[in-house]
Amino acid sequence: MAETLLFLTELLGLPVYDLKGRRIGRIRDSAIVPLIDPFRVDRFLVGAGATWLTVRHDQIQSISLEGIRLSDELLTPYHDDEYMLRIARDLLDQQIIDVNGRKVVRVNDVTFEVRGEHDHEILRVLEVDVGIRSIFRRVFQGALPRTWIRRLQRPIPPKSIRWEFCNIVEPDPQRRLRLNISHAKLEQIHPADLAEIVEELSPESREAIFETIDNEYAAEALSEVDPKMQASILESLETEKAADIIEEMSPNEAADALAELEEETSKEILEEMEPESEVRELLEFKENTAGGMMNTEYIALSENSRVADALIALKGNQDQLEGLNTLFLIDADGVLTGGVSIARLFVASESTPLKSLAFDNLIKAPVHESENRVTELFDKYSLLSLPVVDDDGKLVGVIAADDIISVLRRR
Amino acid sequence: MLTRLRYRLAVFFAVLGPGFITAVVDNDAGGIITYSQAGARWGYLPLWTLLPITIVLIMTQEMCSRMGAVTGKGLSDLIREEFGLRITFLLMALLLMVNLTNIMANFAGIAGSLELFHVNRYISVPIGAAAVWLLVVKGNYQSVEKVFLSACVVYIAYIISGILVEPNWKEAAIYSLKPTLMLNGEYIAMLIGMVGTTIAPWMQFYLQAAVVEKGITTKDYAASRIEVIVGCIMTSVIAFFIIVACAGAIWKVAPRDIQTATDAAQGLKPFGQYTFLLFSAGLFNASLFAACILPLSTAYSVCEGLGFESGVNKRFREAPIFYWLYTLLIVVGAGFVLIPSFPLIRMILVSQVINGILLPIVLIFMVLLVNKRELMKNWVNPWVYNMVVWITVVVMIGMSLAFAGISLRGF
Repeated sequence: MAETLLFLTELLGLPVYDLKGRRIGRIRDSAIVPLIDPFRVDRFLVGAGATWLTVRHDQIQSISLEGIRLSDELLTPYHDDEYMLRIARDLLDQQIIDVNGRKVVRVNDVTFEVRGEHDHEILRVLEVDVGIRSIFRRVFQGALPRTWIRRLQRPIPPKSIRWEFCNIVEPDPQRRLRLNISHAKLEQIHPADLAEIVEELSPESREAIFETIDNEYAAEALSEVDPKMQASILESLETEKAADIIEEMSPNEAADALAELEEETSKEILEEMEPESEVRELLEFKENTAGGMMNTEYIALSENSRVADALIALKGNQDQLEGLNTLFLIDADGVLTGGVSIARLFVASESTPLKSLAFDNLIKAPVHESENRVTELFDKYSLLSLPVVDDDGKLVGVIAADDIISVLRRR
Repeated sequence: MLTRLRYRLAVFFAVLGPGFITAVVDNDAGGIITYSQAGARWGYLPLWTLLPITIVLIMTQEMCSRMGAVTGKGLSDLIREEFGLRITFLLMALLLMVNLTNIMANFAGIAGSLELFHVNRYISVPIGAAAVWLLVVKGNYQSVEKVFLSACVVYIAYIISGILVEPNWKEAAIYSLKPTLMLNGEYIAMLIGMVGTTIAPWMQFYLQAAVVEKGITTKDYAASRIEVIVGCIMTSVIAFFIIVACAGAIWKVAPRDIQTATDAAQGLKPFGQYTFLLFSAGLFNASLFAACILPLSTAYSVCEGLGFESGVNKRFREAPIFYWLYTLLIVVGAGFVLIPSFPLIRMILVSQVINGILLPIVLIFMVLLVNKRELMKNWVNPWVYNMVVWITVVVMIGMSLAFAGISLRGF
């Protein structure tokens, strides 16, 4: 088994022999052409004197620690090919995202598998190596014989990430296309984890990720990013894309994000957004008041409704179900008159009037209430959500417990 | 009255950034003792070095913060990506050793300053080490940082005492501008130490990481640059007054080497009996502050360069190498100081000379990186910068060689 593996540190500097057994040079780099095959090493770059030659994968007879033997001698000089992902140049020592382990790692070495195909041998990228074992190989690469390094590294536990879980971050959109790099894999990660990952990357890479991932997912991840970084990411994106992402965010988070931006940028983004958006209204409120903290996504029913009406309303607002715990009752003028815990709906018959299920004491906050007072209310009454009313008592928004947790964590 | 003071303080800390903190930590135990020793042994003679040192300090710090702002990556990250793992490994090994001597120096500072209060070092150092470890791993470093920074007001004592000792201002002015060179081992060691303590290698790593951490980008870089420059000038002004104070109080009476922290306190003699208190408190604060920052910054730089997970927000299991390294640096750094009859002051001075020897190596990497257009785009160095940095490199290597030569001949 061990013989079928080859490390990049071993591949680099490996002598290349022609059909008659003459050495023509040493391996300087190797490349994958992801559009053709994301695993197979397609080209080997051989330094022969001052020039570099390109060896195609099907021109190779055998690959071992002793060297590479060719089956074809028609080699072409190397010229930069935009479709190549050069492993030593583009991958080694760079940061990639481990989708499975949900973290940013730096590539120390790459493990290939030597595989027989028809009558010749090819290399396939198996894993990217991180950890002490690969550092050991790198430090002694070229200083000790390859077989010694293999023997000496044995006691050190390996640490690798399978190639299919590796996500390369490429800031250049053209190159992204040519190298067939998509960040779609990242969408398997929980948005909160992705937020943590991007905080470790450089601004360029952050921008690249948010530019390419799905808007709705980007919105979720962006809501979790630190507010200052949020602003710098939004500012670096195209206005149109930034507007698309913000539209997908919940209105209060969108308002907070826009408030962090520079006046001009946030105006541009707002203009780009669809006009009926509630974010504009929320921006009117001061950030550290109930108005600034609240969300305008809630379900309110007429105070005369019955349980059956509530169930219909819930079915009609599927996108809000997650995290929803209270329904609100309003009169004909929109004035808040009561609240019903959703759990109550399950134990009542369909014809029960909602009014009879309402809380005994409805706690609410005016829009101008201070952030401190709002958190106090949550603590004192053990609330899960708090309705916010305007000067006329009309329901204008809801603050959820997780908004309070964010406020407290920020302190 | 109190609220107004609090408001003032809040404004003060709001503008505090990485540049200012770096400047303050620059005058750590190593700095204070090196400047005191320079003044006590050589009088006004070393003053001329401050002007060129300040210029180079400003330039190097500016380069680091510029690299941080443009690339969004730390210095060890950049070295790794551009120069590969082996070079990074060697450089990090060197940095680790040099910083360890600096950490020792600061624990020596804690021991020395508290011995003035008759606190045994076997009590002060273990408690100090435990406090530093707990503070960063378990506590809230951010809030304590402000206490340290405020306590640095003590440095003003040096400026006042520098004036009160009534030094020979004419002589001080002349020697500030008149370079004096001697081929004397001690003198050269003093010069290397002066440069090494003011432009310490660890500062470059710390500052760049702090700039990245704070999320400073090219857009708000202009303000950051001013802060860096002001910080550097402040460092040098304090250094000037420490030298002048010690020249006036010690050298004028009888030029000699500083053996204990008590000797150095003599520089503040004109303040009367409270000099002890002031000096020890200042040295203690500076030492403890640096003892917090240095192990942390070292562990960060090394782990980032080698691709290990790092950060105090990670749990021990996620970043074991980071935590072990951090712990070991503190334990070993503090442990050495506890060796019976360990020469505290000598250790501090030697650590600064070692700083000066590593400095040109770090500078070479910095100047190579900051001139890479693919990294820095339009923010590459102007040629004047490069010239000054290369001259510094040549001078520092020359001095290190001369020092080595003289020391070898002495044996």
